[in-house]
Amino acid sequence: MTTTPSTTKGHATTGGDVTNVTDFELARALETASGVPDPEVPCVTVADLGILRSVERDADGAIVVKLTPTYSGCPAVIAIEMAVQSALLEAGIDAKIERVISPAWTSDWITIEGREKLRAYGIAPPVGSSGGRKAFFAEETVACPRCGSQNTTKVSEFGSTACKAHYRCDDCAEPFDYFKCI
Amino acid sequence: MASADNTGADIAFPAILEIADDCLILGHRLSEWCGHAPMLEEELALANMGLDLLGQARALYAYAGEIEARGRSEDDLAFLRREREYRNCLLVERRNGDFAATMLRQLYFAAFMQPFWRTIAQTSSDETLRGIAAKAEKEMAYHLRHSGEWVIRMGDGTAESASRMTEAAEELHRYTGELFMASPARVAAIAANLLPDPESLRAEWDQTIATVFDAAKLSLPEIRVMQKGGRDGNHGEDMGHLLAELQFMQRAYPGQSW
Repeated sequence: MTTTPSTTKGHATTGGDVTNVTDFELARALETASGVPDPEVPCVTVADLGILRSVERDADGAIVVKLTPTYSGCPAVIAIEMAVQSALLEAGIDAKIERVISPAWTSDWITIEGREKLRAYGIAPPVGSSGGRKAFFAEETVACPRCGSQNTTKVSEFGSTACKAHYRCDDCAEPFDYFKCI
Repeated sequence: MASADNTGADIAFPAILEIADDCLILGHRLSEWCGHAPMLEEELALANMGLDLLGQARALYAYAGEIEARGRSEDDLAFLRREREYRNCLLVERRNGDFAATMLRQLYFAAFMQPFWRTIAQTSSDETLRGIAAKAEKEMAYHLRHSGEWVIRMGDGTAESASRMTEAAEELHRYTGELFMASPARVAAIAANLLPDPESLRAEWDQTIATVFDAAKLSLPEIRVMQKGGRDGNHGEDMGHLLAELQFMQRAYPGQSW
């Protein structure tokens, strides 16, 4: 199983070049942190979502894990930081958790595997790439994660969490969450 | 921390506080809708938008506290100041009124904040502010679209919804002028290239509001004198009531935490 979570464009995850050094503790820290599931959407890991930005050593040799919140008011931020911290402690690694707000997280950072895991879990992954202001009443075509139909309707721009909108499939009639493109 | 050398406590702190107060007070107003929204989807939408604003406020208060360097935390700044020390504009403290008034207030605010954050993200000399702005801009784009769609639906809806929206515009439009007024704190921050001149955002705001009002078949109210005072700490009567609720727990049980 590969542990380097940098699989899509713009997703610079490993601050230090972990693969070329023999810092096994750092490599293990990256592997451990990468495997921590998101508390709200446990089918994907923090690496899949692109919120794990880097695992590196600072000037003093301490391991620093950098995480970027998805939304300003995301209530899961502290839960995610604590989950990563405790997963590392369980692995015997003492690391500092650092919150990085710049550059801002974008759904473009969700990895290809992450998008597939979301779909398999019943959450439609973001469509297209972020950026650009959309017109009033503009609707993206979102495919139903269950039957694949593109005949879907947006029920609400705001869904069960800040990062999701609520949709309904007009063919199989299933309601589903859509991971917003932002 | 990346603020330019001469823009510390004197310039950056009061300028950032104004924006943080706007976000906190409007976020609090939206939270008052919990359990009262006209339908479940709007319940979620209002709570989500309130959460975005509180998140933005937290980031700004935490940064302002760092810059001030007097040991005040984000909670101290949010909960333990007196009314006159809050520098939010009057628009955000206005009572929620009905759903029409709440959506129109959101539109007025978001139509300003989205280009405001976008400009900060692109041009501010301060790296932390650029980071906060890049995130907030995307969030405000959602608020703008959501509230704009409701203003259009209600303005161009039934006779009842149209009259509610017309009343909301008559009531709230007079508070929009303050968005474009630069306080002394803001003027200094503009000169230091921390924040954009709000006047430079007026054309875009006018255009957005005109587009929505046109689609909503509403006419812009004619306002002779725009209300102001919030940036000087002169608030309306509603603000005291809002703060009584916002601050109650920290005043009654100092230092209380989850």
